Amino acid sequence: MEFCRKETQKDVRTHYCPGCGHGIAHRLVAEVLEELDVRGKTIGTAPVGCAVLLYNYFNCDIIECAHGRSPAVATAIKRIQPDKVVFTYQGDGDLAAIGMGETIHAANRGEDITVIFINNAIYGMTGGQMAPTTLLGQSSTTSEAGRGNNQEGPPIKVCELLSNLDGVTYLERVAVSTARDTIKAKKAIKRAFLNQIEGRGFSLVEVLSMCPTDWKLTPVQGLDFVNTEMKTVFPLGIFKEKDGR
Amino acid sequence: MPKTIAITGNGAMAEAMRQINPDVVAAFPITPSTQVIEDFAKFVSDGKVDTELITVESEHSAMSACIGASVAGGRVMTATSSNGMALMWEMLYIAASMRQPVLMTLVNRAMSAPINIHCDHGDSMGARDAGWIQLYAENHQEAYDNMIMAPVIAENMDVRLPVMVCMDGFLISHSVETMQIEEDGKVRDFIGEHTALNSILDFDNPVSWGALDLQDYYIEHRRGQQEAMNNAAAVVADVSKRFGDQFGRKYELFESYRLDDADRVVVAINSVAGEIKEVIDELREQGEKVGLLKIRMFRPFPYTGIAKALSGCKIVTVMDRSTSMGAFGPLFGEISNALYAADNRPLIYNRTYGLGGREMLLDDIKDVFAESKEYLDNGKVEKIFDILNVRGA
Repeated sequence: MEFCRKETQKDVRTHYCPGCGHGIAHRLVAEVLEELDVRGKTIGTAPVGCAVLLYNYFNCDIIECAHGRSPAVATAIKRIQPDKVVFTYQGDGDLAAIGMGETIHAANRGEDITVIFINNAIYGMTGGQMAPTTLLGQSSTTSEAGRGNNQEGPPIKVCELLSNLDGVTYLERVAVSTARDTIKAKKAIKRAFLNQIEGRGFSLVEVLSMCPTDWKLTPVQGLDFVNTEMKTVFPLGIFKEKDGR
Repeated sequence: MPKTIAITGNGAMAEAMRQINPDVVAAFPITPSTQVIEDFAKFVSDGKVDTELITVESEHSAMSACIGASVAGGRVMTATSSNGMALMWEMLYIAASMRQPVLMTLVNRAMSAPINIHCDHGDSMGARDAGWIQLYAENHQEAYDNMIMAPVIAENMDVRLPVMVCMDGFLISHSVETMQIEEDGKVRDFIGEHTALNSILDFDNPVSWGALDLQDYYIEHRRGQQEAMNNAAAVVADVSKRFGDQFGRKYELFESYRLDDADRVVVAINSVAGEIKEVIDELREQGEKVGLLKIRMFRPFPYTGIAKALSGCKIVTVMDRSTSMGAFGPLFGEISNALYAADNRPLIYNRTYGLGGREMLLDDIKDVFAESKEYLDNGKVEKIFDILNVRGA
C-alpha cells in the first residue's frame, strides 16, 4: 500500500506524543475531505486542548475558538456561508466540560455541522487532569486516588446523552485503537461529512483515542486501554441515525 | 525552623495552600496555573489537607463554587490564568460585592486572541475594577508570602474582600528558585482560624445573599464595598508588618529600591523588577542616580504613599506589561493620578513591554534608562507612550 501525504495535510513534523490518536484522526478527516473533494470549501474550528494547533496540520481555513465555543462559532459560520463545509474538532475537555452548553444547544438546534469529538478520557494538553470522560477509578493528576473517590461522578457518555435530542441527525462512537476500528472510524467520519453536504443536519462522531503520555502507559498499552477499558464503558456503535429533515 | 527549598512558583503556591488548608478548592485547569492545583490535588489525595477539592467543568463554575462554599462559611481558594479568569468575570464581581474572602492564585498570562500562553498582565489588569484586592509578586518568595498573608487580609472584619495574588506565568510559575517555606504550625498560627460571617449554614440566623437591590440600596452597597477596599490598604500594611515581625521578611504596599536620592525612576510590577534592580546596581556604580518603585498592591492603589515617594525625583518611566486599548497603560494611569497631587511633579511617560511573553533583557532595561537620561537632559518627554521591542515601530 502506498503512503502519500494528503493535500489536505501539511508537511510538518507532528507535535503529538508517541502513541497519541490525534494523528490518526487528523489523517482520517483529511482523507475524507479529499475523497469528497471539499477541501477548498472547508472551514475547521480549532479547540483548546492538544488539537489547539489544528491549523498547523490542516491545509484549509481554520479559526481558533475560545475554550469550548467551537459549536457556537461553527453555527455562525455555517449560517452565514451555508455552502461551506464546517467542522469542529474537539476534545473531551473542550466539548464535554467547558463547552457542554454549546454542544447540547448546537445539537438540539440540528445545526448542519460536523463534530469530530476526540475522547481520550483525560485532559491531555494541560497534563493529565480528570476529564468528564475519565473512567471510574481512573487516576489523574486531579483525581489521584481514582475518579469517584471524591464525588466526581461517573464519566459522561456524550453520544448517549445527545441521542435523546430530537434535533440530532447522526451519532456514532468509533475508535482508532485497531486497524478494523480505524477503517470503521473513517466510514463514520465520511458519513458525518456527507450528512452535512447533503443538508441533513447535526452529526457527531465520537472517536475513542489514545493518550499514553497522560495515562502513564506505553503506546501499545495505550491501545489495550482503549480496547479493554474504554470500550467497556463507551460501547462503539451508532446511537442515532435519521434520514434528514 | 523554616525549610529552604528549591521549588517552582506554582509549587510554592501549592505549599501555601497546603498550609492554609482551605475548606474548599474549586478549579479548572489552565496553563500556566494548572500545576498549582495538581500539586494541591496530591496533598488532598495524600490526606495532608482536609480540603474538599471540586474539579468543576469550567472556570465560571469554579468561581461559582467558590462563592457558594464561601457563603456556606468555608475558607475557599482557587487558581487560574488569563482566559480562565476571563470566564470567571461575572463571578469575580459577585464574589467581591458579596464580600466573600475568596483567595486566588492568578498566574499572569496574556489574553486571547491570538492565543498565547505566556506572561503579561492583561488578565489581572483587566480585572482591576472587579473589586478584588490585588497583590503582585516579583519572585517565588514574595508570591508565597503574599498568599500566606492573603487570608488574614481578606478575612479582616474591616475588609471581607477577595484577594488575588498575582505572579508572572512561566517566568515565576515554572522556574525553580530557592526560597523559604515557613513552619506549618507558625503559618497556621499567623493565619488563625477562619470565622464564618452570616453563613447560610447557620440555621438559627437565616440570611439571604445576593438579593435584588435596585435604585433603593445598590449604590449604598457599592459605597460600602468601596469603603472596605479603602480599609484594605491599612490592613495590608498592618498584616505585612506582623508578617515581617514573625518571619523576618518586610513588605510594604510598594517597594522602594535605591529611591531616596534617585533622579530617574522606573515604576514596574512583578518579575521584571529583579532585572531592573540589577541594572540599577550597575548604573549606580557608574554614578547614575537611578531607582525603582515596585508595585506590590495595585488594588487598593496606594496613591498618597506613591506621590510622596516619587515627588523628589525628576523623571519617571512607568512600565506597563498590559495594554488598555485606546488609553495609556493601567499602571501609568494610576501613577499619573498619584502624581497630580505631588508637590514636585516629575516628568512622566509610559512604556509598554513584554506582551505575550516578549523578552525584556538587561540590555533592554539599560535602553530604558538611557532614554530617560536623554529626556531628562533635554528637559522634556518626546514620546509619552511607546511599545518596547516591537516590530514595525
